[in-house]
Amino acid sequence: MIANDDVSFDIGRGEIHALLGENGAGKSTLVKMIYGLVAPDKGEMQLDGARYAPTKPSEARRAGIAMVFQHFSLFDALNVAENVALGMETPPPMSDLARQIREVSETYGLPLDPGRTVGTLSAGERQRVEIIRCLLQNPRLLIMDEPTSVLTPQEVEILFETLRKLKAEGTSILYISHKLEEIRTLCDNATILRLGKKVDTCIPSQSSARQMAEMMVGSSFATPEARGGTAGEVLLAVRDLHLPAPGAFGTPLRGISFEVRAGEVLGIGGVAGNGQDELLSALSGERAAPAGSIMLDGKDISRAGPVARRGMGVLSGPEERLGHAAAPDMSLIENGVLTAARSEGMLTRGFISWTKARTFAEEVIAHFDVRTPSPGTAARALSGGNLQKFVVGREILQSPQVLVLNQPTWGVDAAAAAFIRQSVLDLAAKGAAVVVISQDLDELMEVSDRFGALNEGRLSQTPPVASLNIEQIGLMMGGAHDMEVAHVDV
Amino acid sequence: MIRLEKRPQPSRLWTILAPILAVLLTMFVGGLLFAALGANPFEAIRTIFWDPIFNAQFASFTRPQLLVKAAPLILIAIGLSIGFRAGIWNIGAEGQYIMGAICGAAAGLALYPSESVLIFPAMVIAGAFGGWVWAMIPAILKTRVGTNEILVSLMLVYVAETILGSVATGLLRNPEGRGFPGSRNFKQWDAAHNAEIFAGTGMHWGVVFAFIAVIGAYVLLTRHILGYNIRLTGEAPRAARFSGVRPARIVLICLGLSGLLAGMAGLFEVTGPAGQISIDFNSGYGFTAIIVAFLGRLNPIGILLAGLLMALTYIGGELAQLMLGVPGASIQLFQGMLLFFLLGVDVFTNYRLRIGRREIA
Repeated sequence: MIANDDVSFDIGRGEIHALLGENGAGKSTLVKMIYGLVAPDKGEMQLDGARYAPTKPSEARRAGIAMVFQHFSLFDALNVAENVALGMETPPPMSDLARQIREVSETYGLPLDPGRTVGTLSAGERQRVEIIRCLLQNPRLLIMDEPTSVLTPQEVEILFETLRKLKAEGTSILYISHKLEEIRTLCDNATILRLGKKVDTCIPSQSSARQMAEMMVGSSFATPEARGGTAGEVLLAVRDLHLPAPGAFGTPLRGISFEVRAGEVLGIGGVAGNGQDELLSALSGERAAPAGSIMLDGKDISRAGPVARRGMGVLSGPEERLGHAAAPDMSLIENGVLTAARSEGMLTRGFISWTKARTFAEEVIAHFDVRTPSPGTAARALSGGNLQKFVVGREILQSPQVLVLNQPTWGVDAAAAAFIRQSVLDLAAKGAAVVVISQDLDELMEVSDRFGALNEGRLSQTPPVASLNIEQIGLMMGGAHDMEVAHVDV
Repeated sequence: MIRLEKRPQPSRLWTILAPILAVLLTMFVGGLLFAALGANPFEAIRTIFWDPIFNAQFASFTRPQLLVKAAPLILIAIGLSIGFRAGIWNIGAEGQYIMGAICGAAAGLALYPSESVLIFPAMVIAGAFGGWVWAMIPAILKTRVGTNEILVSLMLVYVAETILGSVATGLLRNPEGRGFPGSRNFKQWDAAHNAEIFAGTGMHWGVVFAFIAVIGAYVLLTRHILGYNIRLTGEAPRAARFSGVRPARIVLICLGLSGLLAGMAGLFEVTGPAGQISIDFNSGYGFTAIIVAFLGRLNPIGILLAGLLMALTYIGGELAQLMLGVPGASIQLFQGMLLFFLLGVDVFTNYRLRIGRREIA
């Protein structure tokens, strides 16, 4: 398999260069080559005019190349300085290191206390640890892989300030993302990859997000249309929902209240780990809620389990595709049975009709354009986007009254994401009440009628999207005090 | 560099090939073992695998033994495999087997010397009940206080063995046995005797129930939503909860079912081949069944075949001890090898071997 085919591009000193492409376009492979994790079969790289062919990351680091990965490699139980020391080949004494960390964090406007335990840091702060770890090496080229996927809009602003400061000092930055607006505000140049090939370059500030997106997917895709439909009766009402944290690392739900009407999409934003999973579990019925806190059409369903709730038309799609929404080693047919056994009439006195199960799986595959060799293929063999289409399609085909989705397009390529969003909008148009929990604000703005944000297990108010601007949304996500009116701690 | 790479899908070919290859490897390494012990390896392998069924001299005696030995193994392994599929590890089938035998025998002996036709069915039910109760102890402890079922079920084996010793010399001792330990002999009491259904075949009621269990488990696992939920719980516990499966219910059902079948196996053994409750009535079927369950890949049909194969190595092993003078421990080693190689070869069902450089992901 060729992940990168004849790609060439160059980055100037003090340039912020964007690497743009869908999932699987070959961005990661390309930067892995630059960082010495993978060796290219053909072609060469030059650094400051000299031939550059790193065989391992430590060589790349010595040559002045540093990388901030999308997934952090930090130890929760250690403090910031200890974590930084672990990544160094010859760490200085701890007190010196703490001083250096403080200096760098002040110089670049990244507030961080070297003595804090990493387990207590937010995602944004953890990223700062990774960035500072890189900056301590005085890199000439800094590679950032999807750095904003875990940040609030305010944190993104801080990060961008830092990057601009680095750029002014002559550090080059290779910035990988598929968030077009960010690239437009931050980057000087962009290289667009598709299926491992370089398809185009552009100057982001002079191109529209739509143009760049079309270069990325190679065809124009439908942006979900805004709807002016009128909302119907309240279908799902959550009133002052409290649930203790499920484990040591969970988030308790603290007095969540919202209503969703028929034909309406409620978007719930917030930084990961603020109660999204827990809210989904409470709504899907995996965890029973205190009586009277979840009402469907005026009927209390708080104590009903997942099967009973599905029977009443309340369906859901969890974030984690493999292992939660689907069983990795089971076929798509079997995974169809997972939630649709009863609603699709596959059971007669407990016996499964595999013919019906197969028909249902085939329907999902056909309607939702799931690319799979056959319905008998194991779920884990599918790509993330295709499995997500299957999981979402499985619920939508059962014509739910209420559908709750957590991160429906996480790690899914742009075309599949657009398709899933459109399906959600179509479902709402048919009169279902939909709750979309997501960390992708652009997505929420696109699909939602109203928006709320989770912060430490509390939900902000849920005003109509049209009335909000990005500052207000940032404040809601940060759990600002003027949004606290509706929440009193118990 | 040699690496293992996860297959996108489990290989169907290897699923079938793995047990066959494991048996061949066991024969080969086992042959080396016997050669090191001074026996002729070819003769040893032939004595173990061939003679019990085809030897003109003693096959008529050993052939029925095949079913007699295989039946309890299959019956217990089927129950265990259902739990193993759900990730519930009942290691204490031996204890449930003993308790089944004790309860069933006690229920029968309480009615001695009645000749009612209901005696035997009542004993079967009591035996199943005894095994079920013994398995419910780890099940309830697990669901209520979160104890580990592996430890609790294993420890209860030793409790059961102690109870066995006690009743064999006390409560259930044959009052006409002149003070010797051990219960009345069921072979001499027609109403309670689990006799051969067809003489000379080894086919007793335990064999019938073993076949029923194989078919029942197959239908349960492939056709019924309960079997689906059991598999789902084992493969993806979170997905199972999302689907609406209550984990505690699965624990109770799986442990209960395996206890029930082990208890029944114990009853069929005590009323048939063993004949009476004695201090050392149990002979390790409950533990060997774990090997059988895995050798059969937790698949009912596979377990049927594995049970027969295991029974063959038992009988053949005894024969080898007798004919070639190899030590009993070497036979146990031989059986252990079978599981060892199976687990080793099994890796290739889910992984493939790659030699050379890592491909670009």
